[in-house]
Amino acid sequence: MVKEVERVGIPVVHMCTITPISLTVGANRIIPTIAIPYPLGNPTLEPADEYALRYKLVSKAIEAFTIPVEQQTVFDV
Amino acid sequence: MSFRVVHYINQFFANIGGEEMAHVAPELREGAVGPGMAFNQQWKGEAEVVKTIVCGDSYFAEHEKEAKEQVLAWVKEAKPDLFIAGPAFNAGRYGYACANVALAVKTELGIPVLTGMYVENPGADLKDKVLMVATANSAAGMRKAAPAMAKLGLKLAKGEPLAASCVDGYMPNGVRVNFFEKERGAKRAVKMLIAKIKDEAFVTEFPMPNFDRVEPGKAIPDMSKAVVALCTSGGIVPKGNPDHIESSSASHYGEYDITGWDALTAEGWQTAHGGYDPVYANADPNRVLPVDVLRQMEKEGKIGKLHNKFYTTVGNGTAVASSKKFAEEYAQKLLKDGVQAVIMTST
Repeated sequence: MVKEVERVGIPVVHMCTITPISLTVGANRIIPTIAIPYPLGNPTLEPADEYALRYKLVSKAIEAFTIPVEQQTVFDV
Repeated sequence: MSFRVVHYINQFFANIGGEEMAHVAPELREGAVGPGMAFNQQWKGEAEVVKTIVCGDSYFAEHEKEAKEQVLAWVKEAKPDLFIAGPAFNAGRYGYACANVALAVKTELGIPVLTGMYVENPGADLKDKVLMVATANSAAGMRKAAPAMAKLGLKLAKGEPLAASCVDGYMPNGVRVNFFEKERGAKRAVKMLIAKIKDEAFVTEFPMPNFDRVEPGKAIPDMSKAVVALCTSGGIVPKGNPDHIESSSASHYGEYDITGWDALTAEGWQTAHGGYDPVYANADPNRVLPVDVLRQMEKEGKIGKLHNKFYTTVGNGTAVASSKKFAEEYAQKLLKDGVQAVIMTST
């Protein structure tokens, strides 16, 4: 799905936990996330901390759009 | 008795000439010519090339219907037990001709057929329909290709069952055969893992499909003006899953409006995904689809706007072809709605 969207010219950031699959499938901007059932959260944290974690991850994704990439890139978080 | 074989080759392997002779029309010769002699040698009298059909590659490409009709007529008359075409290696028109002529013989005359070529030869597109031996990409590979094709051809003529593609040397043709392994799966998996850790050779039992690549999208220097949309394979849907997106092998995707939602709530949203523990996503769907923080970023001016629609499906066991179809469709909608950036989340 990442590729079909990117194919029409809209850049995509893929946020996922199993980054090797994302690389195999062909995503170009990849943000590693927390866990399969809660990629953008962590139920063991206090709600405010969990929100801060999610905010940080999505900020990384927003930043990834601004960075030109030539090839598949897994960004550090 | 010896099995009768008809062999199809091009002008080059018949020693007529190269590109300058590629226009020659089909011609029928007695006995083996060129590579057919190598097959005969391998068969040691068990089978024999009785007729060779020679056709120029350009002639076949430009007169496919006539060429096929002529070949079929000759093959029908010869009543062979086996029809072999090629090997074509990486010669594109020759490979195309071999695959198509073999397919015609198989479907029209019901005679077993075999060809051989390099996996990237355009003719190899028919590998699910015509049995093909994988060869090297140049005629230098004849020494390996001829015995492999001769052996498999004899099996076909005898009507013996085929072994797996990796054993008999043909290109995987999508046919699966059930069998009992000696060792159970867990043991095989652990063995494979140990081999991998030791950097030793191992063979996967589940090869990944070959995925194509798409150029990375252009960077967006200023995200504060950009319209950002969310998409997910994590199955986030309105509570009750009104469109009945399947919990696995999804047959469709959903388009949902989040106008007025500052965050996704457990009362309004849930996951339909059957491939992960849904407790955490159902308690707080923003853990999969981060509407809450994107709304805040919208207010803070970090992004221009969060698109009011999101696209979702369940990625659990869903066919690649289906996902491709879904996204092809919604990508057009995103484009039409002026979306400039997409965050795709996966579980």
